Amino acid sequence: MSFQKKVNMKHLIQNVYSYADSRFKLSELLQFATKKKVPEHKYSFWYYFGGICLFLFAVQVFTGILLLLYYTPSIDSAHESIKFIMSQVKFGWLIRSVHSWSANILIGAIFIHMFSTFLLKAYRPPRELTWVSGFFLLLIFLAFGFSGYLLPWNELSFFATRVGTDIASTIPLIGKHIKTFILGGSEVSGATISRFFWLHVAILPLFTTIILGIHILLVQIIGMSKPISLAERKVKEIPFFPNFILKDSLGWMLILALIGVLCVFFPWEVGQKADSFAPTPLGIKPEWYFTFMFTTLKIIPSHILLFEGEVIAIFGFMIGALLWMLVPFLDRNAAKERRSPFFSFMGWIIFLYIVIMTVLTYLLPGW
Amino acid sequence: MKRRNFINLFLGGSLTATTVAFLYPIIRYLLPTRQTEAVIKKITAAKVGELAPNTHKIFKFGTSPAILINTPNGELKAFSAICTHLTCTVIFESDTETLLCPCHNGRFDLGGNVVSGPPPSPLESYNVEIAGDDIVVSKKG
Repeated sequence: MSFQKKVNMKHLIQNVYSYADSRFKLSELLQFATKKKVPEHKYSFWYYFGGICLFLFAVQVFTGILLLLYYTPSIDSAHESIKFIMSQVKFGWLIRSVHSWSANILIGAIFIHMFSTFLLKAYRPPRELTWVSGFFLLLIFLAFGFSGYLLPWNELSFFATRVGTDIASTIPLIGKHIKTFILGGSEVSGATISRFFWLHVAILPLFTTIILGIHILLVQIIGMSKPISLAERKVKEIPFFPNFILKDSLGWMLILALIGVLCVFFPWEVGQKADSFAPTPLGIKPEWYFTFMFTTLKIIPSHILLFEGEVIAIFGFMIGALLWMLVPFLDRNAAKERRSPFFSFMGWIIFLYIVIMTVLTYLLPGW
Repeated sequence: MKRRNFINLFLGGSLTATTVAFLYPIIRYLLPTRQTEAVIKKITAAKVGELAPNTHKIFKFGTSPAILINTPNGELKAFSAICTHLTCTVIFESDTETLLCPCHNGRFDLGGNVVSGPPPSPLESYNVEIAGDDIVVSKKG
């Protein structure tokens, strides 16, 4: 490009920028981003998982919109449309594999983000609502995973949905109604695909947009937490823009490369079409992020005292989740900027429980 | 009643009525429509001689799967194939002569009783009778 052309291009960009700036106040936004500082210390690595989650969510939205073009949510054609995407549509295998792989990596990144936030006690005031909104985002993304799993209508997803929705029916008084509402009837059927599709592409994205908006807004307003152990030390700070964003985008590129490799070498399977009257296949298990609950339900005795074992396990998980959400309000030491070893210990126990149960599911399938 | 209180009550009442008028049809719309299905109490599950000893067949009993087993002794038994734990479909294992739920490893004997694993209660058992060439399965009671 000649010098004159470069000058013209620069002028054009400047003109477009000043036109947009006078209407959208871009310079104020840029000033906020460059003025905003992010602490940098030995635990900074864990901060990047929030950005990775956001990036993977964007990948989900993008590939999900592309999949909508060919996917048909009905009992007769759901499985066939996925097979068509994987075998006939140009790069359909890539789009669907990116969607599935990035969904799984996203759940993993959310777990890492959550446990690092927990162990660094970043939930302490004034960031309680950031934690609570993050907790709801975890539930929403688990619901995304659960609803999306059924959409290919294969035998694994069919039985996973049957088991998952039957868990809801164990809730006293309202359980059966909840199950009927979720399934659109008494059994997993065509009505269930329609409902799960509706949840997956309309309701959950709507809630995600609202809660993710609140979560990001809180992070921007309150800023990032500094670990208690570093509270009294002078910690180096870097500008949010461009330094932190550039480091963030490096992480995104690495994740994107990982997804690309996984999709090429391990394209996502279509599986066997579901048949509601076929026996459950041997070795069946849900998606990896539900396996710690799955294995717990497997090993729990049928009765504990007067109660059914499964009911106790399910209530245990519900109460555990409620306490997990309320941690910022329960951990009084962290709220006073003091160390809280009990909460750290409990965090590690829960983390190890999830990891051990997940690993056991794959190492000892007949257990 | 003061005029301000009356207006507050009137507007508040109107707002509540409008909210209910909007919410009620939406909630009714979201709840699944009840579809009447014929209640099946009896069905032909197989033909006589179709099942060799120590084999099984899964068949449709209304909207649910059921299992017919010809035991090694040649006795015919039928159960609901829905596991009482978390509703997976059971399979018959001929080598152990038990019914297995592959989801959470619940195991039942040929009487439908729980042998091991988490199922809280036995499988629902059905009556089996021979009617001409047909093996007919019916609900008890």
